[in-house]
Amino acid sequence: MGIRPVAISVDSPQESRDLCQKAGYTFTFLSDPNLEAIRRYDLVHAGQGINGHDIARPAEFLLDSSGTVRWRMLTENYWVRATPQQILDAAKALR
Amino acid sequence: MKIQRFNWQIWTGFVLSIFAFLSYPLVFVNWPVTRNFPWANLLLFAIAALLLFIGVRRAFAPDRRRISKIVSSVLATLSVLVLGMFIFVAFVASKWLPASTGAPQVGQKAPDFTLVDTNDKSVSLSELLSSPIKSVPPASTGGPRAPKGVLLIFYRGYW
Repeated sequence: MGIRPVAISVDSPQESRDLCQKAGYTFTFLSDPNLEAIRRYDLVHAGQGINGHDIARPAEFLLDSSGTVRWRMLTENYWVRATPQQILDAAKALR
Repeated sequence: MKIQRFNWQIWTGFVLSIFAFLSYPLVFVNWPVTRNFPWANLLLFAIAALLLFIGVRRAFAPDRRRISKIVSSVLATLSVLVLGMFIFVAFVASKWLPASTGAPQVGQKAPDFTLVDTNDKSVSLSELLSSPIKSVPPASTGGPRAPKGVLLIFYRGYW
């Protein structure tokens, strides 16, 4: 497909490493404990983590090779996430 | 005094409504088809409600003792509370999300960032956009190439 998936959360590299090992993920996981990128993307969900930590709200962005957003999903209900099919459809439109 | 038969409907209905609640975060959340809309859980609640209804009717039959009327009322009330809690968790509290009006729009350039990956290595978005994907093999296509795009997945994490 030629699309590089990148997962971003406030988890530490160690926590993400454990998750990747457990779930068998081989793509890039980035750690944003200080919410630098999460804040820049205006995705901070204040006080939702354990002990009232700030975390990211779920969101997906598909960027083309120039870094321009071509598709995005900001869910209105955190149980509802983008489906693989939605992302594949968006990725097909990228060529 | 005649022996009263165990009112299994009321107890099954009660246990089932607790299961209907817990099975959403523990089981049905794993598949988008049962997660995006919790129809499986609502179906379980519907079955529980039917059992509770039958159970309460049984308990309020003239030949039942007063204790069974009390127990069935309490269990039915608790079940309704469990359903209310489920509706709150699945449909109300889950929508309390930030507006994110400043999030990059379609057509806008995604802001660059530099973060640490699982190998404790710093990675920037511009590198992710330009560095070749190694898992794309065939030499016939000219070997590893830069990705056609990058999918950024922000998630809540496990903290």
